[in-house]
Amino acid sequence: MIVETGHYALVLALALALVNSVVPVWGSVARDQRLMAVAPPVALIGFGLVAYAYFALTMAHVVSDFSLVNVVENSHSAKPLIYKITGVWGNHEGSMLLWVLVLSLFAAAVALFSRSMPEDMRANVLAVQSWIAAAFILFILLTSNPFARLAGAPVEGNDLNPLLQDPGLAIHPPLLYLGYVGLSITYSFAAAALISGRIDAVFARFVRPWTLIAWISLTLGIAMGSYWAYYTLGWGGFWFWDPVENASLMPWLAATALLHCTAVMEKREALKIWTIFLAILAFSLSLVGTFLVRSGVLTSVHAFASDPTRGVFILLILVIFIGGSFALFALRAGGLQQGGLFAPVSREGAIVLNNLLLTTCCATVFTGTLYPLALEAVTGEKISVGPPFFNLTFVPLFIPLFILMPFGQLLPWKRGDLAGVAQRLAVAFGAGLVFMAVLAAWRGGPAVSVILSGVAVYVILGSFVDLVRRLFGGGVSADMVSQRARGLPRHAFGTAFAHAGLGITLLGLAATGWGAEKITALKPGEAVEIGPYELTFESVVPRNGPNYSELAGRTVIRSKGAVVTTIDPATRFYPTRRMNRSEAGIATLGLGQVYMSIADVAANGAVNARIFWKPLVALIWIGALIMAFGGCLSLSDLSFRIGIARRARKAQAPRPQPAE
Amino acid sequence: MMRKKRRLVLISAALAALSLALGLVLLALRDNIVFFYGPSELAQKAPHAGQRLRIGGLVREGSLVHEGGQTVRFAVTDTKQDVVVTYTGLLPDLFREGQGVVAEGTLGRDKIFHADSILAKHDERYMPREVADALKKQGVWREGAEAASMGK
Repeated sequence: MIVETGHYALVLALALALVNSVVPVWGSVARDQRLMAVAPPVALIGFGLVAYAYFALTMAHVVSDFSLVNVVENSHSAKPLIYKITGVWGNHEGSMLLWVLVLSLFAAAVALFSRSMPEDMRANVLAVQSWIAAAFILFILLTSNPFARLAGAPVEGNDLNPLLQDPGLAIHPPLLYLGYVGLSITYSFAAAALISGRIDAVFARFVRPWTLIAWISLTLGIAMGSYWAYYTLGWGGFWFWDPVENASLMPWLAATALLHCTAVMEKREALKIWTIFLAILAFSLSLVGTFLVRSGVLTSVHAFASDPTRGVFILLILVIFIGGSFALFALRAGGLQQGGLFAPVSREGAIVLNNLLLTTCCATVFTGTLYPLALEAVTGEKISVGPPFFNLTFVPLFIPLFILMPFGQLLPWKRGDLAGVAQRLAVAFGAGLVFMAVLAAWRGGPAVSVILSGVAVYVILGSFVDLVRRLFGGGVSADMVSQRARGLPRHAFGTAFAHAGLGITLLGLAATGWGAEKITALKPGEAVEIGPYELTFESVVPRNGPNYSELAGRTVIRSKGAVVTTIDPATRFYPTRRMNRSEAGIATLGLGQVYMSIADVAANGAVNARIFWKPLVALIWIGALIMAFGGCLSLSDLSFRIGIARRARKAQAPRPQPAE
Repeated sequence: MMRKKRRLVLISAALAALSLALGLVLLALRDNIVFFYGPSELAQKAPHAGQRLRIGGLVREGSLVHEGGQTVRFAVTDTKQDVVVTYTGLLPDLFREGQGVVAEGTLGRDKIFHADSILAKHDERYMPREVADALKKQGVWREGAEAASMGK
């Protein structure tokens, strides 16, 4: 029963989305307050209905209702409860429902939290959001119905892909979707602004917190995804330049660029056209990503099933939304007024450069991801573009960005003094150079790693130069410092932490150059040295999990003879799908990790093992966490949120109403 | 005047960044793309030794030989043609005889393919797409039947 009500709720949500697609826009055109006022409550109810549909599907998974195709194909009664819940988004239909849930969650959030927003703006934003929701709910109902029943219900389900039965999967997709789909709000804002023709600082002020929320989630989602790949795939890699990963990286790059240029638009009313363009681009890239991942053009763990009608449907949504918005953009952008002036050497200039580099990086990733698909479609020739391509194109473009980051933070608006800023950065720059020299002399290793480590140190220190100057400048007492700290806007701290986080990630990436890898056969009792540690493989222990059996290779890690810890790398067998999966044994020692995965357990207890020593590898993800923390600091800044907008609007003279 | 100058600086910066990116992309595309061939195509096209390639097909039943240490040798087939592949390292969890596989590496003068990475499917139910296409080309892939036999 509950399943049918869920299905019904989804159909109702579609009807409401259609209502909200038309009525508020009509209201804003006809300047009818009552019609515009329809949007927020309808958005809230729509969210309630989608949430109910999602809940209904989750319940079906939890109670293992095998009369549902979706449950049969992706669940098993012996599966642990947590994976029954997370398994809902571990398949195509459920994950699309989550997509729509997040979409309507953002619409509801706009309805709730943007009371101070101009009414017609809010009406238009919610309308555009409803267009997207309507398109995707229709997609679910027509091509990917998660509520489809089965005539004869089997006794047992086929279980979830074992690779997806993992705590990492519990967090990664919802976070990624919050980011991916969160960008729909910036798209809706941009489209609404183009429709109403009002594109000004108010627009930027309202769009910024939403961009930031999406960016924070996307940052965390990508980091989680990479950590998941790192420890479940057993290859010890954390980023493969796989098209699916690129699909999430592209919106991140665009969102990062957008985050910076909305600041220019808010503070200086400049770069309007560009801001709108980026807002549209960021969500368009999310849509492209959804298409790549969901349509079955790519083979990956994310492509659950390939059904050509789905691909065509998503492609259609893609063409309508991307094409429509860019057509609107082309129509309206020409009429935009020029904004504030700035010299090339200024905060604005630095952000323009940042945007240029970020979008160019994004373009190279786009090329590398789609060129093989395009080539195959045209010539039938199959090629793959791997890490060498991206190392050669993406990396050289990203390095200047690292060098420029601290400069941008220190340059004032309008016009800056490059020499003065360089002087203030001298300490950070010097520290970077010294670090490089010390590393090269003491540790040696690949030149790239040494240089990147130096750059990372410069970025980390450079991020805090501005804060240090503002807090400790002039050699003041401790009281004074804390007083100053309270006086500083929180987003100043936010920027510093976010930038430093990126530097920390870079340091972690650079340190991979000092890692060690060994592939070897190990007999019980045999020892092997890796990095500064010695690993002794003791024995293979058979164990049973709830829905799998595993062979764990008990291994003791020693440092200079003293036992540090033990790890249990295992190979698991999931009988339902007759599938093996390896579970890497990872020991985090300091900031580095010993990583071991095993395969081919022989009858005499010998195993083939792949062992890595990865110094400072934890920094890669810690850096991402710090970036997100910086984002949260900025988000918590009240002046950054709607407060200022409210004050600024009050200060303004009442806007003259046009004569009817 | 100021506005024109600003625009000029902007546009030239954009052009510089774009042309740098374009240059890098073209350079990278010339040297770093890897072609994919099925065993029959491989025999036909005869790429010169040392060129990086991806090959894919089914691991022929009974062809997997452990050569001592971490080295294995097996044959990849599309049922018409075979390629012998050697590989040193850990095989992926889903590597099995009779199943789809993609190998990346170089073809030696001895016509043996020296793989440095082996990919098997992420999921028991699906074949790597390149492999499915290569098999379709040889007319040995039956959409429904194959999928069903894989599910077992």
